[in-house]
Amino acid sequence: MEKLLEILNNLHPDVDFLNQEKLIGDAILDSFDIVTLVAEIGDTFDVTISAKDIVPENFNSAKSLYALIQKLEEEN
Amino acid sequence: MLFASYGFLAFLAVLFCVYYVVPIKFRWSVLLAASYFFYCMSGIENLAYILVTTITVYFAAIFIERGMVEQKKYLSEHKKGMTKEDKKAYKEKQRRKHICLLAATLLLNIGILAAVKYGNFFIANFNTVLKIAGSGKRLSFVDVVLPMGISFYTLQAIGYLIDIYRETVSAEKNIFKLALFISFFPQVVQGPISRFEDLSETLYSGHSFNARNFCHGLQRVLWGYFKKLVIADRVMIAVNTIIQNSDNYRGVFCLIGMLFYTIELYADFTGGIDITIGVAEALGIRIRENFIRPYFSKSLKEYWRRWHISMCSWFRDYVFYPVSSSRLMRKLYKYAGSHMGDKLGRRIPVYVSSFIVWAATGIWHGASWNFVVWGIANWFILMVSEELEPVYTRFHKCFPNLKKRKAYLLFETGRTFALVCCLNLFDCYDNIADTFRMLGSALTVHNWHIIWDGSLAGLGLSVYDYAVLFVGVALMVIVSLVQRGAGVRERISQMPYAVRFALWYGLFLAVLIMGEYGIGYDASQFIYNRF
Repeated sequence: MEKLLEILNNLHPDVDFLNQEKLIGDAILDSFDIVTLVAEIGDTFDVTISAKDIVPENFNSAKSLYALIQKLEEEN
Repeated sequence: MLFASYGFLAFLAVLFCVYYVVPIKFRWSVLLAASYFFYCMSGIENLAYILVTTITVYFAAIFIERGMVEQKKYLSEHKKGMTKEDKKAYKEKQRRKHICLLAATLLLNIGILAAVKYGNFFIANFNTVLKIAGSGKRLSFVDVVLPMGISFYTLQAIGYLIDIYRETVSAEKNIFKLALFISFFPQVVQGPISRFEDLSETLYSGHSFNARNFCHGLQRVLWGYFKKLVIADRVMIAVNTIIQNSDNYRGVFCLIGMLFYTIELYADFTGGIDITIGVAEALGIRIRENFIRPYFSKSLKEYWRRWHISMCSWFRDYVFYPVSSSRLMRKLYKYAGSHMGDKLGRRIPVYVSSFIVWAATGIWHGASWNFVVWGIANWFILMVSEELEPVYTRFHKCFPNLKKRKAYLLFETGRTFALVCCLNLFDCYDNIADTFRMLGSALTVHNWHIIWDGSLAGLGLSVYDYAVLFVGVALMVIVSLVQRGAGVRERISQMPYAVRFALWYGLFLAVLIMGEYGIGYDASQFIYNRF
């Protein structure tokens, strides 16, 4: 989770990612951020986030994003 | 049969009667029959295209879903006897099978769209290459009529199939229901491009007559006709005069043309979508909004979140994300990151992916290099804004209260509107050279005197027309401002009966009396019909 928070904070240092639960709903993350996140997460966690996984439910909070990473790690 | 025709109104009247008379469980069948009747009215020969799309997408979706179910069943039955590697290999084998079927169906449908929409464009470009190469040979153009709504229903059908592949929706087992989803008549002409998960349930479950929904739907249809017939078709006369005589109308005329075309495009397209959503609402069907007051956007990025939302989200979900998360882009991300530095290098894949998306969005709008350049110009401005983001942040740190000021908000909105006006110019002129020439003249020829010396009367509009336009545009602005809170129709419905009657009857009379029903120009064609 710490690594993920580091990635997120690098992207938007002013956002409280631990408590924010509407990252997509409130347009905090846009499509450019998502693509950067997909690449950074892939690089750091050695998982592949495909287009199928890029849905608001997976990107709305740090927790949901972390859950996605764990799911992909298990599948690997 | 076009929306702005008496035939369409008669068609709607019959449909409403039949729809609400037949038993609820058969109402979707009435919509299917109506949609195919509506489609046949555009030319029975066009039916073949939409049928091919429906049939191929239907079977591909069924086979892909069946394959996935079998895959899960096989994996659960052989859970114990398979190693991790075996499972991976089996999944990969299945994935390849599904992706082959998906790719073949997509290729076929995109191929049909490309052939009918871009065939002559390819031929024209090929002939240019032959000419440059010094060859005397030329390919002859093909005589193909663009089937109604092919750009819209193809994207909608493709989106459905990709959703099946992604397992976000279940395949529709009834081919007739899928045929309705692809051909639903109010939206087949110019969108919105609906998602299966949004539209299927509301489309297939018949709806009981609800007086409130019915009235609200018709009110929205009336507002759509007002925008189309009173504003768009009126301002179109001046726009056409300026565009078709570009040598005579330069400088400030061009600026006025840009402004007028931006008004026309908004009134025409949102008017058409109002009619679409209103007709569906009168039938009890809910279609997602396609616009959220786009001309109030503070940046181009925000504008594209609020204009033609269904198209933008389609290209984002089905082109941008797959391209940007592809293996190739992941490799590029690593390569660019290590060779160009973390900050710049790692943005390269985003820029490459968005370039592909904007070029595709441009070409989707029309078979012309103008649209490609329009798409790339949008991409360029968005990328420059992205690169300048740290500068904006630093600037606003120096002036922390600036963003709260209304004057600054107005400046941001005005700046975005001006940018959109300039970009729209690519849609007006026939070729790129003319577009840049006119854009140049707008900036360098200062014939401001035309505003007060009576030259504007030469654009084909009388003082009465300008007055109607002024009131119409003011009304659109007021409605947009009111929409920020509760819905306009909800607010009106709470007013006293006499006020409500006066408002709606007044709007009806305005459409009847002030609507442009002249000859000499096509009063019925919506701009987005040709896309």
